[in-house]
Amino acid sequence: MDFQQVIDTDGRIEPRDQMPDAYRQTLVRQIAQHAHSEIIGMQPEGNWITRAPSLRRKAILVAKVQDEAGHGLYLYGAAETLGVDRAELLDLLHAGRQKYSTIFNYPTTSWADVAAIGWLVDGAAIMNQVPLTRCSYGPYARAMTRICKEESFHQRQGFEAMTVLSRGTAAQQQMAQDALDRWWWPALMMFGPPDAASPNSAQSMAWGIKRFGNDELRQRFVDATVPQAEFLGLTVPDPALSWDGEHHRSGEIDWTEFAEVMKGNGPCNRQRLEFRQQAHADGAWVREAAQAYASKHRPVA
Amino acid sequence: MLWEVFVRSRRGLSHTHVGSLHADDAHLALRNARDVYTRRQEGTSIWVVPAAQIVASSPDEKDAFFDPAGDKPYRHPTFYDVPEGLTHL
Ligand SMILES: [Fe+2]
Ligand SMILES: [Fe+2]
Repeated sequence: MDFQQVIDTDGRIEPRDQMPDAYRQTLVRQIAQHAHSEIIGMQPEGNWITRAPSLRRKAILVAKVQDEAGHGLYLYGAAETLGVDRAELLDLLHAGRQKYSTIFNYPTTSWADVAAIGWLVDGAAIMNQVPLTRCSYGPYARAMTRICKEESFHQRQGFEAMTVLSRGTAAQQQMAQDALDRWWWPALMMFGPPDAASPNSAQSMAWGIKRFGNDELRQRFVDATVPQAEFLGLTVPDPALSWDGEHHRSGEIDWTEFAEVMKGNGPCNRQRLEFRQQAHADGAWVREAAQAYASKHRPVA
Repeated sequence: MLWEVFVRSRRGLSHTHVGSLHADDAHLALRNARDVYTRRQEGTSIWVVPAAQIVASSPDEKDAFFDPAGDKPYRHPTFYDVPEGLTHL
């Protein structure tokens, strides 16, 4: 079967199959960007590990952040099956030549932000990622299956922490509301620009990389999340939000903010990238030591 | 170097390929595999194999390679008619 036949019959493309160059490049770009998002995403939450309000919350947060590192690894592994090298992809990230999700360029200024990230950011990620388990590229689809299994705990722990805050003192409720106010719109932007302004979407759909448009997934997220906010007794920061009998319709998204954060002008773009570069540089001696040890103990052929 | 990781999820089952990882030696590969692929008790045993050591059939010769089995339906029990009413066949 040739490439198009596999795609037409909803089959899976595997690493050594023939595939159009543009398909390969699109996947490398998307999987790399996804992997970068997982590991950059460790920073805003990692920021709260030492200040988690209880040992229970701390253990949960450590486990979640560790999962995100694992997600990065699964995805770099999937990208490598397309003939690129992980070190190369990290270099591109560090040089600012490959992107990661704009959501991680916002700061986590209170503990409630950790709760809001689990609930909203991981919630939106799940909405995006579940269809990717049926992506036409086998290794990416399999990595997503593993990731999705782990993500549901991320969302639940966030919602649970949010519930505790919203049932707490007036100050805690205020913290929860403030976090929702700041994370709601950036979370909606995670689904990407409207389909009409997303030129590559149609090709990705035709290739079976993407299964649903950005607007549809965003709508599903709004429909799923608004009742959860109501349960928490919190107000979604969107005065135009309305119910049309079938869906919760949100107001206009400020796409200029999205474009600015994408360009590098979000509140934390510089900080996130510098931290990553520093972490990579700080780890150099470990990589060198492992290499030296291995070559010393390599059996002589 | 790149390693392919195989995990036996529980006793009685075969090791199954779960993914790959980078490590400089086998010992580190095993440790990393434990951390990356068995954080939720997904396994009771791990194999790591240098990816470069795996010899794979080529997708280009897929047809020629697997064709010989294609015209031998008589290798399957469903090829045979079992007379109505008979059991243990
Ligand atoms: Fe993740
Ligand atoms: Fe997550």
